[in-house]
Amino acid sequence: MDQVLGSTITTTPPPMARGRWRTVLRAVFRHPRIVVGGALFAVITLLTLLAPWLATHDPMQINPVERLQAPSAAHLLGTDGLGRDVFSRVLYGGRVSLFVGLSSALAASLAGLVLGLVSGYVRAIDNIVMLVMTGLMAIPGILLAIAFTTLSSASVATVVIAITIPEVPRTARLVRSTVLSIREQPYVDAAIVTGTSFPRLLLRHIFPNAAAPLIVQATFICASAIIVEAYLSFLGAGTPPEIPSWGNMIAEARNFLRFAVWILLYPSLLLGVAVLSINLLGDGLRDWLDPRLSGRLTEGR
Amino acid sequence: MLTYIMGRILSSIPVMAVIAVIVFMLLHLTPGDPAAIIAGDQASAADVERIRQALGLNRSLPEQFITWVGQILTGDLGTSIYTGRPVTELIAQRLEPTVSLALLTLVVAVLVAVPIGVIAAWKAGTWVDWALMFVAILFFSIPIFITGYFLVFNFSIQWRLLPVQGYRSFSGGIGPFLSHLVLPAVSLGLVYASLLARMSRTAMLEVLHQDYIRTARAKGLGSGKVLFIHALKNAAVPIITTIGTGLVLLLGGVVVVESVFAIPGVGRLTVDAVLRRDYPIIQGVILLFSFAYVIVNLGIDLSYRLVDPRIRY
Repeated sequence: MDQVLGSTITTTPPPMARGRWRTVLRAVFRHPRIVVGGALFAVITLLTLLAPWLATHDPMQINPVERLQAPSAAHLLGTDGLGRDVFSRVLYGGRVSLFVGLSSALAASLAGLVLGLVSGYVRAIDNIVMLVMTGLMAIPGILLAIAFTTLSSASVATVVIAITIPEVPRTARLVRSTVLSIREQPYVDAAIVTGTSFPRLLLRHIFPNAAAPLIVQATFICASAIIVEAYLSFLGAGTPPEIPSWGNMIAEARNFLRFAVWILLYPSLLLGVAVLSINLLGDGLRDWLDPRLSGRLTEGR
Repeated sequence: MLTYIMGRILSSIPVMAVIAVIVFMLLHLTPGDPAAIIAGDQASAADVERIRQALGLNRSLPEQFITWVGQILTGDLGTSIYTGRPVTELIAQRLEPTVSLALLTLVVAVLVAVPIGVIAAWKAGTWVDWALMFVAILFFSIPIFITGYFLVFNFSIQWRLLPVQGYRSFSGGIGPFLSHLVLPAVSLGLVYASLLARMSRTAMLEVLHQDYIRTARAKGLGSGKVLFIHALKNAAVPIITTIGTGLVLLLGGVVVVESVFAIPGVGRLTVDAVLRRDYPIIQGVILLFSFAYVIVNLGIDLSYRLVDPRIRY
């Protein structure tokens, strides 16, 4: 089957606008992980975006009379220790968790892009930047994030920064190594000889080459950031407890493990599926965009 | 060769220095007044001032840095704000559970993950490979505490096979020691093992299409011998590198897993310090774990020659 698809792709006539899209789509469907991961992630994102319409209760509404109820028609996924509706909280909690994941991935990519481009091009800065990155990579990310949140006032923004800092070395090193390998290419020499300006060189020649591996890396950072947010909230060093996030819900649920498993089960399930879908997506993207990297999972959290 | 070893040892010094600077700067670069944040909302001005004194924040920046580096070099990690005891002493008391947990997890994870990676590479492209790698990515996606609570719920609460939480020292017998560590080690190890299994697979794939593998097969060696002796030996360097770099995951995970299973180790000490905003302890643990990471990876770097005699310095 793969062989058949492969040969149709190579025999596809030079792309016109539509044919090209078809080729892209076909290539995507040859990597089922992109389809499955992407679809799952889309469903979860949609669920959290539609939270105001889907939620049956106010996620913050405390109702002591109805505390610790098992899932029922009134409370689809039961209620927690304060009588709040778990279904509504899972939906709203997902918003916080996904927001933290996506913004950390974006922030780490941007920071890594800047640092990587600069140190790949300016030899004088390269050594010192890379030394700092090596040092940062030796510090367990969770601990660094804990230290940062302990010293800052609690907010979602603090959590995003705390999660982003330990991820920057990976993106910076990735961009730097791309720059180093590309700047030796003849077409870059050609561009320089023909008088291409430096910003244009970065934008038109270096960046497009660095983009694919960076997108893959950003996907893994997003997955990892959602987990670290949960860890931080679980340890009392993350999202302020009054804001429902999957991590906060799981942290509160541990006290009721013996008699109300659903409080723990549903946020855990959604968190697990969300992270899995993003990892699958990233894995598929990597195989598609850069088959040479196949099988290499990002290190560290 | 001796020059190489000395060079490698010397080159890890700037890395440790950078770590020290990062940890030091953290206290000064975070927005707001760290002394006020550590003191909390109900603190009086005198409390804030006392903490500022305790952290040395009332002195000039270079002065603080020099004192701090001097302290680290003499093995002094400062004093806990909450208990008033030296951080080194507090960490030393909690070291045994953490080291036991980390070592047990490390050994078990390596013994499980590497063969899985080898088999997946051997069966590359088949359903065996697909299933193993799906399981690896699945466990890489599940936070440690979810696995932990799942295991506790089944093995300890439902089936009453293992203790729910706590720690028993090795000196009290190997039975209780292991039964208390099994679930924490499994929860912690799954993430690490997933990473290792995937890297082992990649490293093996790169070796398996080499000529000498075909030769080994052609001369009639069994698959087991070819895989685990000829191929694995040649794939060892990248696998061992991942064992080292993955330690960052393991050390970070220790903090979470000790909290799930109420293990009185360094991780638990850190979490208690977070709740009390006892920053010197957090700082001390970061330094300890990061330095341990650098030293272990230095050792791994130097051991490459033992694994692969082709490497010359």
